[in-house]
Amino acid sequence: MDPSNSQPPGVQPTLTSPGWSGDTSFLLYQIVLKDFRIRYRNMSLGIFWSVLNPLVMIVLLTFIFTQVFVSKTSNYPMVILTGLIPYNFFALAWSTATTSLIDNSSLFKRIPIRPELIPIGVVLANIMHLVVQLALLIVIGLIYGVYPTWYWLWLPLLWGLELLCIMGLGLATAALHVVVRDIRYVVESINTVLFWLVPIFYTFAMVPDRFKELYLFNPVSALVLASRLVILEHRHPPETLLWKLTLVSVVSFVAGLSVFRRLQSRFYSYL
Amino acid sequence: MPMILASVENLTVRFQPHRQTLLLRQRVRNLFSRGAGGGSFLALDRVSFNASAGEGIAILGQNGAGKSTLLSVLTGVLKPDCGSVKLGGRVGALLELGAGFHPDLTGRENLTLYAALLGLSRHAIKQRFDSILEFSELGGFIDEPLKNYSAGMRLRLAFSVAVQVDAPIIMIDEVLAVGDTAFAHKCIERVIRLRTEGRLLIYVTHITEGLDHICNRAIWLHCGRLIQDGPVNEVATAYQAFMADPDRRFRDPAS
Repeated sequence: MDPSNSQPPGVQPTLTSPGWSGDTSFLLYQIVLKDFRIRYRNMSLGIFWSVLNPLVMIVLLTFIFTQVFVSKTSNYPMVILTGLIPYNFFALAWSTATTSLIDNSSLFKRIPIRPELIPIGVVLANIMHLVVQLALLIVIGLIYGVYPTWYWLWLPLLWGLELLCIMGLGLATAALHVVVRDIRYVVESINTVLFWLVPIFYTFAMVPDRFKELYLFNPVSALVLASRLVILEHRHPPETLLWKLTLVSVVSFVAGLSVFRRLQSRFYSYL
Repeated sequence: MPMILASVENLTVRFQPHRQTLLLRQRVRNLFSRGAGGGSFLALDRVSFNASAGEGIAILGQNGAGKSTLLSVLTGVLKPDCGSVKLGGRVGALLELGAGFHPDLTGRENLTLYAALLGLSRHAIKQRFDSILEFSELGGFIDEPLKNYSAGMRLRLAFSVAVQVDAPIIMIDEVLAVGDTAFAHKCIERVIRLRTEGRLLIYVTHITEGLDHICNRAIWLHCGRLIQDGPVNEVATAYQAFMADPDRRFRDPAS
């Protein structure tokens, strides 16, 4: 129980500044659950959409790049899928986190909870897509003769780093979006640019050498590259790549949180 | 010696009226037309008072007097520019009807989320679920989506959770008017019982009728300043006399 309630009656309690006290992890869980529930309520296909969407993309891209532009890449659908899964997660989680404070303003406008919990919770709610698309990856993999190996155990680490990176970006853009409402369109545009600049429907090997270093600075490209090494080539991701990813993710999270904290005091007058 | 549960000192909150959500275009325009807009105004101007356990304090004032701003500072969602607020425990607040409620979630799901927002743990919610449901009298409606609820039913749900938080300080922002008379009566009785148990009640309203039933003390705010702080009937009478004056816009109640 809350310590403030267990005080014996008649004893003057110590006076403190107003704030929130309670079960933070349970609250975060409830925020994740809320986001997940309202997204799929009133839908007849529900979570199936997160399978349908990549399937459409795979069929479309496979048709174009094996029939229209002829490419020599083998099991092309698997190449697309291993690129599409990290990208989709990144794009969707980041854009929903960006608008999360506005969409959920009633949760923290009257109750002094930590507002950070909202973008963080919304990013976590997107893990469900990752799980569903992982199932799709396994099924498509079986069709094309790519079976899960022990190397797949690298994936949780890679996706964990991606999660951290998105949380940082999401915290920063969510806070900025409260103050300047055009941020969501900036995020959407960046996501569109990333779709082409991340090796999704082409492989990293096709990228001209002089751009390769530049590509690795993009955390989503680095993730796609690492995921392909693990899933398609049964190799562990190179150490330097892991260090770069870790560094980018941690820096993103810390920077995002500090931007958020700086803007936090202005939320009240902007909502 | 009464037990002090809230100590408010010299509270000042300043709002920038032009600090609205601006589009980039407006922002750029503002850069070039600097100084055109008005300055800031004080939503709360050096407000001080102490409140003890068992007291029921009505916050009176016309629209824009600073009542809601005061509650926002007291709950901790708004940081004051100057002065301090100290509280002797957590706050159970019912500030806006259905703050945090989502129309697509069922009553039960909203109840759990709202209770978690107010700080209850999973265990505490499970323990209190039956008494919350019983107090709300919602019965089978608890598993209906909230969008099918009437305003009165939403109030029942919100109020039932807020009084179950077990907070020593309870703040209510004139929401009781929505429910039907029977439920409003039940709420008032519950609030009075909580007061006699030694909680502090802060009740924001602009209706003075029957107020002495709920509160023993009243604070009258006008344009962010504390005009009068005293026994409920005395302050309510003075406030009503001021509000009845058709020329009140030109008068300063402080003088």
